[in-house]
Amino acid sequence: MPAAGTGRTALSRRTLLKGGLAVGTGLVVGFRLLPGGRQTALAQSAAFAPNQWISIDRDGLVTIINSVVEMGQGSITTMPAIVADELDTDLGKVKVVQAPANPKLYGNPVTGTQSYGGSRGVRDHLEMLRKAGAAAREMLKEAGAQEWGVPVSEVDTDLDTVIHKPTGRRLPYSALVDKAAKLPVPQNPPLKTPDKYRYMGKVMHRRDTPLKVNGSAVFGMDVVVPGMLIASIERCPVFGGKVKSFDATATKRIKGVKNVVQVTNGVAVVADSFWTAVRGREALKVVWDEGSEASVSSASIRQGYVDGAKETGQVARNDGDAEKAMAGGGKRVEAVYEVPFLEHACMEPMNATASVTATSCEIWAPTQSPGGTQSTGAKVSGLPVEKVIVNTTYLGGGFGRRGEQDFILDALETSKAVGAPVKVMWTRTDDLQHGFYRPSTYNVFKASLDAQSNPTAWWNRVVGPGILIQKGRAQAGTIDAAAMEGVRNMPYSIPNVRVEWVNRDYGIPIGFWRSVGPSQNGFIVESFVDEMAIAAGKDPVEFRRSLLGKAPRHKAVLELAADKANWGAPPPAGRGRGCAVMFSYGSYVAHVAEVSVAPDGKVRVHKLVGAIDAGFAVNPDQVKAQMEGGGIYALTALLYGAITIDKGRVQQSNFHDYPMLRINEAPVMETYILDSGQPAGGLGEPGVPTVAPAVCNAIYALTGKRIRSLPIQTDLLKKA
Amino acid sequence: MITLIVNGKRSQVDAPADMPLLWVIREKLSLTGTKYGCGTALCGACTVHLNGQPVRACTTPLSAAAGKRITTIEGLSAKSDHPVQKAWIELDVPQCGFCQSGQIMSAAALLAKTPNPSDDDIDAAMTGNICRCGTYQRIRAGIHRAAQIKKGGA
Repeated sequence: MPAAGTGRTALSRRTLLKGGLAVGTGLVVGFRLLPGGRQTALAQSAAFAPNQWISIDRDGLVTIINSVVEMGQGSITTMPAIVADELDTDLGKVKVVQAPANPKLYGNPVTGTQSYGGSRGVRDHLEMLRKAGAAAREMLKEAGAQEWGVPVSEVDTDLDTVIHKPTGRRLPYSALVDKAAKLPVPQNPPLKTPDKYRYMGKVMHRRDTPLKVNGSAVFGMDVVVPGMLIASIERCPVFGGKVKSFDATATKRIKGVKNVVQVTNGVAVVADSFWTAVRGREALKVVWDEGSEASVSSASIRQGYVDGAKETGQVARNDGDAEKAMAGGGKRVEAVYEVPFLEHACMEPMNATASVTATSCEIWAPTQSPGGTQSTGAKVSGLPVEKVIVNTTYLGGGFGRRGEQDFILDALETSKAVGAPVKVMWTRTDDLQHGFYRPSTYNVFKASLDAQSNPTAWWNRVVGPGILIQKGRAQAGTIDAAAMEGVRNMPYSIPNVRVEWVNRDYGIPIGFWRSVGPSQNGFIVESFVDEMAIAAGKDPVEFRRSLLGKAPRHKAVLELAADKANWGAPPPAGRGRGCAVMFSYGSYVAHVAEVSVAPDGKVRVHKLVGAIDAGFAVNPDQVKAQMEGGGIYALTALLYGAITIDKGRVQQSNFHDYPMLRINEAPVMETYILDSGQPAGGLGEPGVPTVAPAVCNAIYALTGKRIRSLPIQTDLLKKA
Repeated sequence: MITLIVNGKRSQVDAPADMPLLWVIREKLSLTGTKYGCGTALCGACTVHLNGQPVRACTTPLSAAAGKRITTIEGLSAKSDHPVQKAWIELDVPQCGFCQSGQIMSAAALLAKTPNPSDDDIDAAMTGNICRCGTYQRIRAGIHRAAQIKKGGA
């Protein structure tokens, strides 16, 4: 099976074990190439398993483990291809197995955790996976050399075959696996030069497409475990609220309702079908202790930000003396930018399946964090972490939301309470109203230009909550790095720069979102730079270029996008063009947007021309796919996205009031890849941040109206 | 007991008449290719064909489907060789893939009625299907490609 749980039938632990995979061998150390060619449990049926990523059996079947969860970004295709390229094996015949939770074996080599976000697939794993494949190839070469009694320097490989160059003799890998398994594992095997790549940098079709066009790909929602019940949880509408009491009399009268139990996140109605469980929720009477958030609203949060903006913040960056420079005269530019809370709206609403008994704990989940899921399983079950089995299914979208543990906890606690396997499914309304939102922020900008219109000072105060601090991953009172991404490192050469952060957190749960910090900070920085360009009377691309002398990769993608978008020529009649450039998640992206505005103020984005420098594009077609997807994600946020709060409750409930961009509104998108030969950058998120500012800058170019608050209020653009 | 004809197969289903067809298909008939996305016919993830017409299974009561021909993604073709499926594979349309069963069922219904759809036809037929991964550009290209394949184009 290409991934854990891609079959139509019920998933079980056995499915994984049968896949040739087991956990906890303890034989793997350090950077995780196995010493001495000893076999892992992965290789119980395979002759040769030089490390935890690869096994080859005596029939020549190559199995590659993929650790990066597949949430649409193509990891199940791209990651194994990296291994296969260096191993020199036929990618089309490789079997790919999704890794079980075991951070020691399969954790991200940079973060050490088995949790996937931050566009860390290719960029964090590329070198390790190349080495894993190359080490195996070296061992097979050595085995061939020994077999023939020739120096290894005379030996090469050619697609699953070891060849003796002087004589042309050939041996398939399958004939050498036993010999290779006895050899030491090279720790620094020579890697292919790019001209020898068979797959990397070329078109690779997605391994999962065939399963995703006939309904056979198994997402979390599709998991079926024998004896499984289905639950839906009534949650306090107010963040942080708790159950005071509940009356399930009417619920229990509904045919098919099996049980009603209180769990951390509310009251779970457990039934024989999801629909019955939801009917059960409707009949449930719960008295809530709404807690302190019940007095919070979008207006009160905004007022808190406005007040906070009057205070001096923590200084995140201080080059020269911006305040003194601004006091020195010249042209001043000032603006305030605001962005709202946003929900991820994964197409697959949150869900997870768990089976907890006194002696076992198994979870099937569309999770971005198999490692975190395993830990949650250990906490709830009381079992040692290595006893907890996690089966990661396909994810129906992730976007950061599925790195959280709340939906995992739901399934574990409900299963434990009722003594049966339980799948907990969220409704779309649950999903929108009980999320971890991209933070809303309030941002003050000031700048000054000298008599020649050269910028002399840049002053920026960001007000809002910090994700890392709220989650306890950074200390209160410090500057939250996640809040500063894109503002602290704004790339323009300006002699005096001051960036401050004022932490204002009113208790709304916040979390990582597709390009969280850079998406909101990209909008504010790249819009304000545009305001400066206009104030300077300069072309927006030229103005940026003149300030990017110390940022050559920014400059290169900006020039590429501008060139491809034909920036120098006027746009078609009735349309405006705008640009933006940004570094995020290790990659550099620029966009040029072409837009028109209808008399009623409705914005139409006709075209997005994007350029990306992600170092090296391992899977170029999927780099394009991520740029296309990032573009649409950004446009949804720009045109529609707003989660608003009243009395501590989210006011939106489904796609009618939290709309998504649809095909009739989708622009034509072109993506140009600039391979700079630098270390690999991220791919899932960098396509997002530049879209909103490029569009808003285009709107300004067309209408003279500046969008400073998202989502776009069409009233502001209406023709009078 | 209500009689359903799903993918050419007749089944007797024991479920309330007002239960949405979606949950009957997914939970009673174990055909999980049809997805739940919103429950209110706003996203199209649950699109199936009822007597050849695309409908949202999440708001179609079981009683309304009784005795009618229902086609789900699993029944669209025997070997994933419907022109839309072929085109989707060729262009690698899906990303996460969760919405794609619904997208494909809407696209297949469009092509059955309009063998050579214009971009406007595609907008009209496909606007009810949300893709959060943003694969719209490839969906559009995929439908045009499927129309070619259907006509016997290479």
